[in-house]
Parts: sequence; structure tokens; C-alpha cells
Amino acid sequence: MSEYYIYQDQKRCIGCRACELHCKTENDVRVGPSFGKIINVGPTVRGDVPRINFIFMPCFHCENPWCVSACPTGAMQKRSKDGIVFVDPSLCIGCKACITACPWGAPQWDKDTGKAIKCDYCKDRVDQGLEPACVTGCTTDALKWISPAKSSQVRRERFAKAITEEIPFP
Amino acid sequence: MPEGTKKSVYSVCSMCTVRCPIEVEVENGAVRHIWGNPHLLGGHYLCPRGAAGKVFQNDTERLQHPMIRDGERGSGKWKKASWDEALDYIASNLKKIISKHGGESVVLGDRGGPFTDMQKAFIKALGSPNYFNHHGACSNSVHNAHNAMTGHRRNTVAYDWKNCDYCILYGRNILESIGTKEAKDFIDALERGMKFTHIDVRWNYTAAKADRFLMLKPGTDYALNLALINVIVKEKLYDAAFVERWVTGMKELVAFVEPYTPEWAEKETGIPAKQIVTIAHELAEAKPAVILYQGWMTAWTENDYYFRRSIYMLYALLGGYEAKGGLLFNKNETHTGRKPLRKLVDGVPKVNKKRFDGVGWKYKHLSPDYGLAQMLPYAILKEDPYPVKAFINYRFDPLSAFPDPEAFKKGLMKLDLLVTVDVNYSHTGWISDVILPEATYLERTDPAIAKGGPKPALWLRRQAVEPQYDSKPKWWIFKQLAERLGIGEYFPYNSAEELIEWQLKDIGFQLSDFDAKGYIELAKDQILWDRSDGLKFKTPSGKIEFVSSMLQDSGLPSFPPYESPKSPPKGHYRLLTGKIAIHTQGTTLNNLYLNELQPENTLWINTNEAKKLGIKTGDTVEVSSNGCVQTVKASVTDFIHPDAVYTLHGFGREIPQQTRAYKRGMRDNTLMGGLLTVAVGGNCPITDCFVRVKKAS
Ligand code: SF4
Ligand code: SF4
Ligand code: SF4
Ligand code: SF4
Repeated sequence: MSEYYIYQDQKRCIGCRACELHCKTENDVRVGPSFGKIINVGPTVRGDVPRINFIFMPCFHCENPWCVSACPTGAMQKRSKDGIVFVDPSLCIGCKACITACPWGAPQWDKDTGKAIKCDYCKDRVDQGLEPACVTGCTTDALKWISPAKSSQVRRERFAKAITEEIPFP
Repeated sequence: MPEGTKKSVYSVCSMCTVRCPIEVEVENGAVRHIWGNPHLLGGHYLCPRGAAGKVFQNDTERLQHPMIRDGERGSGKWKKASWDEALDYIASNLKKIISKHGGESVVLGDRGGPFTDMQKAFIKALGSPNYFNHHGACSNSVHNAHNAMTGHRRNTVAYDWKNCDYCILYGRNILESIGTKEAKDFIDALERGMKFTHIDVRWNYTAAKADRFLMLKPGTDYALNLALINVIVKEKLYDAAFVERWVTGMKELVAFVEPYTPEWAEKETGIPAKQIVTIAHELAEAKPAVILYQGWMTAWTENDYYFRRSIYMLYALLGGYEAKGGLLFNKNETHTGRKPLRKLVDGVPKVNKKRFDGVGWKYKHLSPDYGLAQMLPYAILKEDPYPVKAFINYRFDPLSAFPDPEAFKKGLMKLDLLVTVDVNYSHTGWISDVILPEATYLERTDPAIAKGGPKPALWLRRQAVEPQYDSKPKWWIFKQLAERLGIGEYFPYNSAEELIEWQLKDIGFQLSDFDAKGYIELAKDQILWDRSDGLKFKTPSGKIEFVSSMLQDSGLPSFPPYESPKSPPKGHYRLLTGKIAIHTQGTTLNNLYLNELQPENTLWINTNEAKKLGIKTGDTVEVSSNGCVQTVKASVTDFIHPDAVYTLHGFGREIPQQTRAYKRGMRDNTLMGGLLTVAVGGNCPITDCFVRVKKAS
């Protein structure tokens, strides 16, 4: 896991997919591939009301990335300074091994250039002290750019509040 | 990239009619990214359509240059024209029409909203009273109901989400049909602990977040409200002091709701009486910090006007006006002790002619601010009350928005002149004589607008990049036309900058005051009026009139007996339409990225009904009404009322130039034959549409 983490607050997410759009426009991704994607889970009836979750799926920037191990050329790399996993297009030969290797389907295929492309947490923005475009543009402030430790804290606080106030799901 | 080529421009979005404040990141003269304006939104949040403005800007499938029809009207044959050619063509035809039939024979329609001053000035200067907008296909009944009862339109009050404790949404899909700030405010309120009941005929993402979701029989929202009022008055749960001070007609209301008990409403709506009583108690407990959103897409029926009135009556009973957590009056420039922003329309002499659509003489309770676009084809065909010969269609598309486009088109085809000004191809543009391509909202500066609110402000849509293609800003187009028509004096400017400086003169600001944050703040804190003495209801009595003098003037009852909504005939379903976050009706369907996410609509149908018809999710079905048939894929779901079917509005575009959206999905309004009419509230009863559904062979 990189130093960063995109925590998605399901209570705040409305499934609007502005995160996907901000990702696409920021990175000028052509039609077809998408770096960050919302996957709907539900609706399922819980209590009286059908609930739905919208799961945001960018690249997780794994601690031991399968994609990096699979890449024969070193194009897929992990930044030593903060663990962001990205593709160096000048080294990519388009073999697609990374796409096969990633358990979550994160690397994408750019058919125009014949190379792999993927979510790099908008590293140019991160290097300027900004947050990734999906996080910045999210309509309801449901995405948080935080360290893994902080995300755990957010969830614990919420849970503690929920059991004391008996707030219903979710 | 060298630093010097980057800039950031504050402006106002135009991808939908919410018009959010934006910050446009520009790099090397091109749009790099569009964010929300953090000074107004508290962060860079921006809805998906707003973000997708970037690819709209660069789209080769938007209008690129003026076009004059080159063949039969609607043939789709165009010749490219220069601006001079196109403007001369329009001006010479308008002159002919006006000299023969008078200024009133020209009408102008637009999308409504705050950016209408220039259009209103233009049509008035031609000597025509005939401005109208899109609201006849939408919120007319809400505006008119509130206006007749309180002297305020729907949008001269704001919702205080920050302090609201309890909220009811009637078919208002606030988390899918979104505005950036409202969606975020709503989520903030939920996180803060606001309780929320959602009433709808189908489940949606908004329902998914509700504390209570009630699926009611389509069109019976009014019955539910009558029962809520019944409980509230019977148990004396209302805000007696507020009612005593500000309401007239309470006695009549009490007598009227007597028979409409929760038990009665249970039979009508399908919502258990006990639940209705509970909701009434919850409302009373939370009062006045309650928001009852004025219903929306699921209830535009023949007499929904009375339903909308009942919502505002509930507000009055709960003392929800100018109350923390309820409705706050929007204040304007004058409430801050300043003179107002100058308006072009105020400089144009008054027109003393009656309107083509009957508003003001036949329909005294309806507002000329919105008019009745649906009357246009009939006025043209019957020349009643007088000939209408030219229609200037500014960023408006009645053939997509209004029911029964065939009927609408029949009228338009008889015009001597139909001009469309737009950024996109539209169905109405397609049958026009001339299309003028407007520069997009990213390419043009518009006149400044006053943004009313508890904290009023001035906003500015400001040009971020140079126009692509041969498109021109609105201020230029209208000025050019005005000069050719001898009414140039009413457009006293030569550039957008000059116009805005002129607008700002009396109020005491200058253009550069917008630079720092993209808007000009007129009040540091919320301006709140005194609830016991300072409220301003602009009715003859100065109070909230349950028995409305305006309705009386129109010969309409304030409390007609409740009538059940029409039931679908056997084998039919009520067709309802709605929106999602990805699209703005028809106008974004061809957007490269938005189209990628949602290229077509589907037809929602209840699982049991689908079983009877042998329909599974993904099957192609035929939806038909009045001899019109649309085909679309089915989505079978438990979460829609069995009497209804539902689809996203605006799909099934029929303009070949829009290759991504062309013939994708179904075009809902074509099924609404016979509904191009004037319901009591001035809206078209678009939800009184009944369709058959069968599996396509
Ligand atoms: S692409 Fe897949 S494997 Fe590689 S870092 Fe991202 S999530 Fe992990
Ligand atoms: S497609 Fe490119 S990045 Fe992916 S494994 Fe092959 S060379 Fe490496
Ligand atoms: S933009 Fe935010 S609210 Fe919308 S889908 Fe993405 S995470 Fe959810
Ligand atoms: S809601 Fe979205 S599309 Fe509409 S004005 Fe706001 S940002 Fe633009």
C-alpha cells in the first residue's frame, strides 16, 4: 500500500459518478478505458428500505503490486518516495501482462497508443500538494485522501457514534 | 508547461439549469479542468455534467457556424452562412412580419432562469408581450401555486438544509437529479441527523438514503397531504401563532379537510393510515425546521396545482416560512440598502398588448414570467387571439421538452420564421429556418446576474477561452439583431465589459470586483426578517391566502373536492419520466463522456407485471400510445409501483449529426399524445400518460 489511500464514505456517496468524470477529464482518457470506476452493489432490502452501495474502484497502489511483478520491461513501477504505482509509457511494450496480473482489473488498455494506462493517483497533482481529481471533484465530498491509519479512525468514530445514537444503516 | 500559460477563471456552469459556480482551469488557452468555485461551494466539488463541460467545449458535433435552411423545413438540408448573411436574413424577415402583423406576432421562448433579461428586453423592444419559457413542461404549477397563495414563486424562497430536522421529498429525486450544492447540503444534513421520508412511485438512489421510503399509488401525493393536514388541524399540531398572524382562509381549510382522514388516504394512496399519522406527528415535532420539497416529476397531473398548494399550506401550518431549518425568503439587492443591478428590460417602453397564450386575461392566476409555451402551436394554427408568425427560440427545445412533439411541430411548420439560437443541435433547431451557434458558456461572458438568497450576491459568467468554431456570444448576437431592426438603443454597449459596467453603475460596483472570488457579496450575514412582523407576502391581503383572491379572479375554486387521479385503462401503465446525475435531459446525451456512461434509457417495469407480459430485463419492448410506438430495453424491478412504468427523459434523439445519441433509447415525449394542454397550474399534465407495453417481436 502506498502512503495514501482514497477512503470512500458510503454514507455520503450518491453514485453520481462525478469522480469518474473528473478522472477522465483530468487525465484526458479516451472513451473506453477508465481509471477510477463506480461499481453498484444492490439494491437489496435491509430493514424496510432497499439500500445500495456504490463502490469506487481506482487502482489500490498495492504494497506488493502484482502488476509491477508481471511487467517484463519495468514500465510498470512503484514510486519509491510514496509508493504510487504508475506506467512509464516510453518503456511499455503493450504486452498486457499487468492487466492479466491485477486482481481488480485496474490497468486499462489504450488502443490508440497500444500501451497500458492506469490510475496514478494523479501524481502530478499530488506532487504539487493537491489531491487526486476524483477526490477533489467528488460532488458530495464522499472521497477522502488520507493515510490508511486515518481512514480506520474515521470508520471507528462513525461506528462509535452509530451505536450510541442508534443511527440505522448505513 | 511554462507557468505563465496557466490561469484560473471563475464563472457559472451551463451544463444544466442549476448553474453552479465554477472555477475553470485554463492551460495554453484550452480548458484543462472544470471545478466547483470553492469560494461559494466550500470545495472544488462539481457534478459529473459540470466536469464533462470540457469535452463539450471541444466537441465537433456541436453547432459550428450559422446555418440557413436549404430545402423544405425539417429536411435537414442546410447551407453554411456567414453571420452577416444569417442576421440579415432574420432581420429582413422579421421586419416584413412586424410591418404586416405587428410586433405581437413575434414570440420568444427560452429555458427560463436568471439569464433572461436580454431576451426579455429584445422581444419587448419589438413591441411584443410574448416572452415565455420552458416551465410549461415543468414547474409551472409549482410557481403558480406558490405565487397565487403567497405572492412568491417557487424560487424566491430557499431551503435551509443546514438547520433542517425533518424532510419529506415527494418524487423529488434530489440525489440523482442533482445540483452540486443541493446534493452536498442534503448529504451534510443527513450526516448531521436530519430525518427523511421519501415518497415516490419507484425506488431510486434518493430513496436508498431515506429513513422511511413509501411507494404510493401514482398521482395520489395530494391525498397524502390532505390527510397530513387533516391530522395536523384535528390534533391542533400547527403553529397557532404563525397561522393567526399570517394566514387567511384557515376556517375554510379546516372544513375542507374534514373528510380526508388517514383511513381515507390509505385507500387512495396505498400508504397505511398509521404511517400517515406518524408522519404528521413527526412534522409537528420538528416544526418549523421542516422541508417539504414541492413534489416533482411524479405528479405533473391535470390538477396537481392543488397538490402543490397543499405543500405550501403545510409549510404555513408548520410555521415554516423564514424559519431556521425551513424556507427562507430570498433577499435581493434592495434589501441590502443598495440600488438594484440595472436591467436592459427596464429601459424598454411598456407593451400594452394582450398575450398570445391567454396569461393575464384568460388565465389571471398564471404568471407572464413563464407563460404557456404549449399554447404556441394552437395560436399559430388558429391565429387566435391574433396571428403569430415568428418564433425566436433561444436555447430552448420544446420539441424535446413538451408532450406531443408532432402536435407542437404542426404549429411551428406554419410559421413564417423560426430562428434557433443554441450551442447544440436540438429537435426544434432541426426544423428551424436559421440556426445561430452561440458561443458556449466557457467561451462567452454573459450579463451579470443578481443571485437572490438569504445572503444575496452578484454572479458573473465569464469567458474562460476563445470560441471554437464560428460561434458568438449572446450579447453580440442580440445587439447585432437589434441594430438591424432599429432597436439598438436598448442595448447600450459595444462589448460584454461595457454592458456589465453599465449594469453595475447604480449598485456601485465594477467589473473587477468579480475578480477575487468570481462573485460579489452583498451581505456579510444572512438577512432574516422578523417572523412576527416583517414577512412580505405579496398577496392583496399581505398574508398567505388559503382562499386565494387570484384564483377567485380566474373563477377557480380554492378548495375543489378531491378527485382521484385517472387510473390506467386495462392493459396500460402510467408512464413516468425522470433524470439521473449523468444527463441533463436531451442536451448532454451526445456528450462524449456522458454518453459513454449512459448511452440510452431503459423502461422500468414491475416484476409481477413483467412476468405477466413475459418480459425479462434486457428484452426489447414496444411501448405504445396513441398510435406512436417506441422501442427500448426493459429493466425489470420490484421497486416500482405496478401501475407505473418509468424511463429517463430525453433519449431517442433524431438528429443524425449527433451520432452518439442518434436513435439511442426511447423518446418519451412522443408517447404523450393529447397532453399538450394547459392544466390548472399552467403546466402540461405530462404524467397523465398511459402506455401499453409488449415484448417486441
Ligand atoms: S494495478 Fe492492480 S495490482 Fe497493480 S497496484 Fe493497482 S490494484 Fe495493485
Ligand atoms: S502492458 Fe506495459 S505496463 Fe503492462 S506489463 Fe506490459 S509492458 Fe508492463
Ligand atoms: S463523485 Fe463522490 S458521490 Fe459521486 S459517485 Fe463518486 S464518490 Fe460517490
Ligand atoms: S449541477 Fe452540474 S451541470 Fe448543473 S450547473 Fe451544477 S455543475 Fe453544472
